[in-house]
Amino acid sequence: MTIPAGWQVDIGLEIHAQLKTTSKIFSGASTQFGQLPNSQASVIDLGMPGVLPAVNGVVFEKAVRFGLGVGGRINRESRFDRKNYFYPDLPKGYQITQMDQPIVVGGSVTIDLPDGSTKLIALTRAHLEEDAGKSIHDRKPNYTGIDLNRAGTPLLEIVSEPQLKSPEEAVSYARVIHQLLTYLEICDGNMAEGSLRFDANVSVRRINDEALGVRSEIKNLNSFRFLDQAINFEISRQVETLNAGETLSQDTRLFDPDQLETRPMRSKETATDYRYFPEPDLLPVVLSERYIDEINKEMPELPQVRTQRYHSAFALPLADAQLLAQDRRLADFFDETVAKTQTPKTTANWIKGDLLARLNEASLTIAESPVTSEQLAELITMVDQDTISGKIAKDVFGALWEGRTTSASAYVHEHQLEQVSDQSALEPLIASLLKEHPKQADDLKAGKDKLMGFFVGKVMQATQGKANPKQVNDLIRGKIDQR
Amino acid sequence: MTRPFSSLSQLQSQLKDRSISATELTQLYLDRIEQLNPILNCYITVDEEHALERARAADQQLARGSGGPLTGLPISQKDIFCIKDTTTTAGSKMLANFRPPYSATCSTKLEQAGAITLGKTNMDEFAMGSSNETSFFGPVKNPWDLLRIPGGSSGGSAAAVAAGLCAASTGTDTGGSIRQPAAMCGLTGLKPTYGRISRWGMIAFASSLDQAGPMTRTAQDAALLLEHMAGYDPRDATSLDEPIPKYSQELSQPLSGLKIGVCRQFFSEGLDNAVETVIREAFKIFEQLGATLVDIELPNTPLSVSAYYVIAPAECSANLSRYDGVRFGHRCSDPKDLQDLYQRSRGEGFGNEVKKRILVGTFALSAGYYDAFYRRAQQVRRLIKNDFVEAFDHVDLIIGPTAPTPAFKIGEKVDNPVDMYLQDIFTISANLAGLPAMSIPAGQVEGLPVGLQLIGNYLQEGTLLRAGHQFQQATDWHQLTPDIEL
Amino acid sequence: MTDLVNETLLKDLTTLAQLPFEPEQVSSTLSAINEVLELVTQLENAETAEIAPLAHPLERQQVLREDAVTENIDRSQLSRNAPSFEDGLYFVPKVIE
Repeated sequence: MTIPAGWQVDIGLEIHAQLKTTSKIFSGASTQFGQLPNSQASVIDLGMPGVLPAVNGVVFEKAVRFGLGVGGRINRESRFDRKNYFYPDLPKGYQITQMDQPIVVGGSVTIDLPDGSTKLIALTRAHLEEDAGKSIHDRKPNYTGIDLNRAGTPLLEIVSEPQLKSPEEAVSYARVIHQLLTYLEICDGNMAEGSLRFDANVSVRRINDEALGVRSEIKNLNSFRFLDQAINFEISRQVETLNAGETLSQDTRLFDPDQLETRPMRSKETATDYRYFPEPDLLPVVLSERYIDEINKEMPELPQVRTQRYHSAFALPLADAQLLAQDRRLADFFDETVAKTQTPKTTANWIKGDLLARLNEASLTIAESPVTSEQLAELITMVDQDTISGKIAKDVFGALWEGRTTSASAYVHEHQLEQVSDQSALEPLIASLLKEHPKQADDLKAGKDKLMGFFVGKVMQATQGKANPKQVNDLIRGKIDQR
Repeated sequence: MTRPFSSLSQLQSQLKDRSISATELTQLYLDRIEQLNPILNCYITVDEEHALERARAADQQLARGSGGPLTGLPISQKDIFCIKDTTTTAGSKMLANFRPPYSATCSTKLEQAGAITLGKTNMDEFAMGSSNETSFFGPVKNPWDLLRIPGGSSGGSAAAVAAGLCAASTGTDTGGSIRQPAAMCGLTGLKPTYGRISRWGMIAFASSLDQAGPMTRTAQDAALLLEHMAGYDPRDATSLDEPIPKYSQELSQPLSGLKIGVCRQFFSEGLDNAVETVIREAFKIFEQLGATLVDIELPNTPLSVSAYYVIAPAECSANLSRYDGVRFGHRCSDPKDLQDLYQRSRGEGFGNEVKKRILVGTFALSAGYYDAFYRRAQQVRRLIKNDFVEAFDHVDLIIGPTAPTPAFKIGEKVDNPVDMYLQDIFTISANLAGLPAMSIPAGQVEGLPVGLQLIGNYLQEGTLLRAGHQFQQATDWHQLTPDIEL
Repeated sequence: MTDLVNETLLKDLTTLAQLPFEPEQVSSTLSAINEVLELVTQLENAETAEIAPLAHPLERQQVLREDAVTENIDRSQLSRNAPSFEDGLYFVPKVIE
C-alpha cells in the first residue's frame, strides 16, 4: 500500500497462538479440533459451581521456548490474573490470563522489508491465557448457540510494540512469528482451524506529529491476506476521516472479508473495565534456573540463523537456503544428509528437486518420507564418487522411494548398475559406433555438435545407461578429433 | 447421653457392639428430622431413601466386621458441597434445582469412609451472612431459643447437630461461618489451615478465604472427621501436600508446657461483658490443665473486618459471574436479548445481601479504586498475617471469645448490616492469615451457649484439637443439650 | 463523609456486574453499599508503605500437571441443568456483533 502523503502509520499486533498441547491449559479435556460441540468441554471448562483450574505444565515449556527464541526475559516467577467481563463464550464470566507478571517480557524479531533491508521489531511481552468458546449464529433463528470445546485451549498472546509502519511490515512480522512458532513446535500454525489469530491495533498521525493517533483495534483476523486487507482499509478510513476534519474514537472493530471493510463491534461500544486481580485459585508459578537451562539446551537453530548459515557457509543461493531452512524438519533432514555427504550443493539439489517433488505429489511431509537421510546420503555419495551416473541414480532413488530396496549400494551392486568409466571398455565400443555411423561421425567432426547426443545416446543404450556420460563425451570428442 | 445427642465416638462403639444397628440409627435421625425440621428449618434436602440404603449396606459391613472408621455414622452436609445427583443449592434461588454431576472431594472422602449423608443443610445464601437469615429457603432457628438465630453461614449444620438431627455435620468458614454458629449452638467447630481440606466441589464464595471443616459435639469427633476430610487434592491447586496426622490418636497428651496467648485486641469494646466473664473463667481451666497464659498483641487485627469486606466481596463478585442463566441455574423467562438474560436471571436468582456484596466487590476492583481498596486490603492482610507469625514465635495457641455476643434474635440485626458484620470481628483474622481455628463451648449466658476460640499456628490442628479435648475432659459444657422436643 | 458511590457510579457497577439497575431500590442500595465502604475506610489508618499485597495466605508455589487427557466427557450429563441445550449447543438470545 502507498501510505497517503503526509501521513504515517503505527501498527501493533497482538497475536493469539493456540499451543500444541494434548489437553487444555486448566483442565484435562482434549484440545482436538473439529469434534462434536461441547464434547470436549469438561466441568472446569463449563465453569460449573465448585470447580477449580489445574495448570498444564507443558504450556510453560512452550512459552519459555518462545521467550528464548525472541531473546526476551523469562520471568522466573509469573502469575495468573482474572480478567472480568460477561460474554456467552466465556463461561466463568472471567478469563484466566497473565496481566501483572507475564511469563515473557520484551524480546524482538527481525523482519524483511520489501526493499531487501531488515528491521528489528520489539515485542512488549508474551503471556499465557485460556481461549474462549465459539458462538454459532445460524443454527436457530433469533438465538446464538454456544460451543465450549475451544474454551480452555491454551493461548500464548504475543504483543508487539507499535513499530510496524505499513500493512506489508505487519504481514512480514506476522509471517516471522508464524514461522518461529511452528519451528519451535509451539503452535501448528493452522490458521484455517483458528490456531493463530491476529488483532491489529492501527492508528495514523501526520508525518511530523510526535504523539500516536487514536487507535482502532481490529480483532480476530485469521489469514495474512485478511490482515493486509483489513489494515489497508483501516488506514484509508482513518486518513479520510481526519482529512474531512472529523475526529476518530478509540474502538474495537471486526473485518468483513466480503465487503472488505472494518466495522465497530457492538458489544464493545463502551470501553469495559476488566477489573484485573490476582487469580486466587492458582499459586505463582516458579521456574528454576535448571528448568530454563534444559529448555535452552534443546533449542533448535532458529530459521533466520539457519538460512544465513546455508547461504554463507554452504554457499547456497538465498532462495534455496530459505526453502530448506523454513521448515524445521526439512532443515534437520538436510543437515543430517550433508553431514554424511559433505556436498551441500548437490545435496540441496537432490532434496529440493527429487525428494520434495515426490513428497508434494504424495502429499507427505518430510517426517513421512520413505527415504531416510542415511539412504539419500549414501546415494548422493555414490554419485559424487562417480560410482553411478546421475541418470542411474534417479532410478535408484525411485527404488528407495518405492521400497524396492533399503540400500542404494546394495541395489546398485545387485543390478550391476555401477557406472562404466573404464576406458578400456568404452573405447572399443565408441570406436565401433563411429565406424558404424560414418556420416554422423563426419558431421560431428564438421561441427554439428548436436550429434554428440546421438553418439552418447548409443553408448548409453549399449551400456544400459551405465556409462559415465562425462567420460563418454571426452572419449568421443577425442576420437573425433583424431579422425 | 441419649442417642440423638451421642457423640460420633459413642455411636461408633454402639454400632460396633451392635447395641444399635446402622439402619435403626439412621431411621432415628430421619424420624427426628421429620418431626423437628419443620420448626427448625435446618435441612433443605433430606435424602431418606439413599440414606437408608447406605445404612443397610453399612449394617452388612458391620456384621462382617469389615466396616471403616465412619461406617454407619449419620451426618449432614452443608448445602454448599456438591454431592453428585443431589440437589445442591448454596441456599440460593439461583441453584434451587441444581443437580451437580460431580461431588466435592471432602464429601466423597467422608462417604468413602462410611459416613451416611442424611441430607443437605440450610445456609446463608452463597455463604454470605452470620445469622442464616439470607437463605432463599428461609431462616434457621436456634434450637436453644427458637426466636434466635443459630449463627451463619453454616446455621443449618449447627442447628442440626445441636438439636440431634444428625450426629455431626460439615460446614464452611470464610470469615467465621463454622466457628460462630458452633459458638451460638454449643458445638465444636473447626476451620483448618487454608488448604488442609480440598475446595474441589465446594461452591466458591471467596476463594482465598473459604475452608471446609467439621461441626461436631466434641473435639474428639472433630479430630475423627478432620482425619478423613483432609488431604492433598491435585484438583485444588491451593490444597496442601502435607501428611495427615492421626489427629484422633493425639488427643490425650497433657497441656503442661503449652503457652497460650491472650490477645488484648480480642477484648475490645464490642465484646459483651457476660461473654467476657465466661471466657475468662475458661482461662482458669486451661491453667489448671497446665497451660501458661501470656499476654500478646495482634495490633492490626482491628482492621481485619475492613480488609475482609473488601477482599471477600471482590473475590465473590468474580466467583458469582458464572451464574448467568446459560449452562445451569436460574434463567428468567423469555429473555429479550443477552443483557436482559443476564440481568433478570441474576436479579431474580440472587438475594439482596449477595447483590450488595457483588456490587461492593465490583467497586473495590474497578479502575480508580483498585489501589485504595483491593490492593490496600491485601497489604493490610499481610500486616495481619505478620502479627500472627510474630506471636506464634512466643505462644503455641491464641485464645479469646469466638463471637462478641451470644445468639441474637431473628430480625434483630437485619437492618444493621455493619453490626452483623462485626459478629465476625474475632474470627475473620484467622481466615485472612489462613490459620487453623476452632470454637468450643465454654459456658452459657442466660441459657445461651458461649463459644471460646482457639487459634493455632499453620498445620497445628493437632494442638488445637488436643487443647479442646483436654478442656472437654475437664468441663461438660459440650454435653449440654437444648430443650427441644415437641 | 461524602458517599463514595453515587447513582451514576451505581449504574456503571450494575452494568459491570450484570445486575439489574432498579430505580426504586437506588437509595436503599446506595446507603447499604456506602455503609460497608465506610467500614472499609478504616484501612486508610494502616501503615502499608513497602508492604507487598498478600494474595494467597500460605505462600506456596503452583504445582504443574502433566499434559494428558483425563476427562471422559458425557455431554448429556453435563448439560442436564441447562435451561436451553439442543443439538449439543447452549442457546442464548441472538448476539449481533
